Parts: sequence; C-alpha cells; structure tokens
Amino acid sequence: MAYRWGFADPWRELRQLQREMSTVFESAFGRPIEAAPPCNVFAGENDLLVACEIPGVTLDDLDISVMGDTLTLKGERKPADEVGAEAYHRRERRTGPFNRSIQLPNRVDPNNVEAEYEDGVLTVHLNKAAEEKPRKITVKSA
Amino acid sequence: MSIVERDEAAPTRAETEATRQVRQFVPDVDIHETDDSLVLLADVPGVKGDQLTVRLEKNVLTIHGRVEALDAGARSLIHAEYETGDYYRVFSLSDEIDQDRIDAKLKNGVLTLRLPKAARAKARKIDVSTES
Repeated sequence: MAYRWGFADPWRELRQLQREMSTVFESAFGRPIEAAPPCNVFAGENDLLVACEIPGVTLDDLDISVMGDTLTLKGERKPADEVGAEAYHRRERRTGPFNRSIQLPNRVDPNNVEAEYEDGVLTVHLNKAAEEKPRKITVKSA
Repeated sequence: MSIVERDEAAPTRAETEATRQVRQFVPDVDIHETDDSLVLLADVPGVKGDQLTVRLEKNVLTIHGRVEALDAGARSLIHAEYETGDYYRVFSLSDEIDQDRIDAKLKNGVLTLRLPKAARAKARKIDVSTES
C-alpha cells in the first residue's frame, strides 16, 4: 500500500482504506458484507418507480413480489465459478443471495406491476391501489 | 504479475461538457489470475456499451464509464440509497500483457476484461539436466 504525503483529497485516502479494510474482512469471514442491492424510490401522483442497482444478474434470477405496501426483491448475485480463492488479486464485488423488502409510502395494485432490467439496473413501476388514488370531490352547492 | 491501483482523479471534462455536473465513483472490481491471463470484473450498473471507455496505455489501465441519470419524469425522489455518477478507476500493470488480444465485454452492468499475458510472462517449466 502506498502512502502519499499530501492532503489534496483526504476522503480519497479514507475511501481507499475503507475498500482495503472491506477486502480484509470479507476474506477473513469468507462472505461479503452486503449483497442486497441499493434502491431509490420515486413517487408520482398515481404511481411509484423503484430503481435498484443489481449488476450481473438476469430478470429470471430475480423474484419480485408485491403485497399491500411492501415490495420484496429476492435473488442471488452469483460469484464467478471455477476461481479458487488463491487466484484472486482483489475481491470487492458483492455476491451472495439477498432478500429485501421495501416499505412503500402507500398500497399498490399487485396486478399492475412492471419490471424491467437493463444494464444492471432493475426498475419496477408500481401503480397506487385504487383506494389510494386522489379523488376529486365535487362539492354541490345547495 | 502485479496489479497496483493508481491514485488518480479523472481528467477534467472538456469545456463543452462543463455544464454536466456529475459525481464520480470507484467501481467494485474482482481481479483474478489464470495461467494465461488476468481477468478483471467491474460492477458498473447503468453504463451502456457506448459509454464505457477502457484504455491500456503504457501499462496503465483506465476504466471510465458514464451513467445517465434515470429519467423519472415528474416523479420526486422520496427515498435514496444510491447516487448515479460516472465510474473511474486506474490500475498499473506489470508490462506483461499481450495488448493485441485484450477482450472486453459488458453485460448486465458488469465489465469483463480479459488481459492475456504476453508469451514471455507465462510460467515456464525449466528442465534441469544433471551431470554425473
């Protein structure tokens, strides 16, 4: 490991250290720290869009389910096969099975869900359940 | 074979692109060695094939991927666990790569880079003759 005597960007050094520490811990305990994908949630007036970074899988490897106001993602990020641990110079990519549930801000219609997977990013489009959609109420004047 | 990470920031973008404010991230990589090559896998979710640049110049390997932020239309971000930005990482290799046979593939957000070792870098068994 190379040290520089300069503090142009101290965070860079810290990030580098963090990466190296992660590698040490992962190899010591034989499992990655976290295989569950990070997700962002966007809300529209009547719908939700959930985007997750899950590189290296296919849509067939993913099990996406919706119940009430919960979206569940199950799957596995498989490690490269036939590579012995001793052959690795670096091992940072997250692998292993994951199962995570995301609480959505409202109930969604389970029959109206679309999922798409492109370039390692999963996007799930969900529509609010009928009873959650805003309704315009006409006030009758007497 | 040795592979060492270089502490290098991405070059400043050209004037014409100065308006494009993006963050830069270091992609996670796996690097393993086989008998005849060095294999690098990098997680670059969100990068399309034409937005990825892999360069090997004077034994310096540079990976640079650009990500277009997701177009969420009029929806607002209500929960965030990741940010989108470009991926950038630089490695120094020992000078033993056959530069003409490098193979790069991008599939499902994972770059697979196969760097074949030059003939002289491969391990050779040396027969030792004995004299009586």
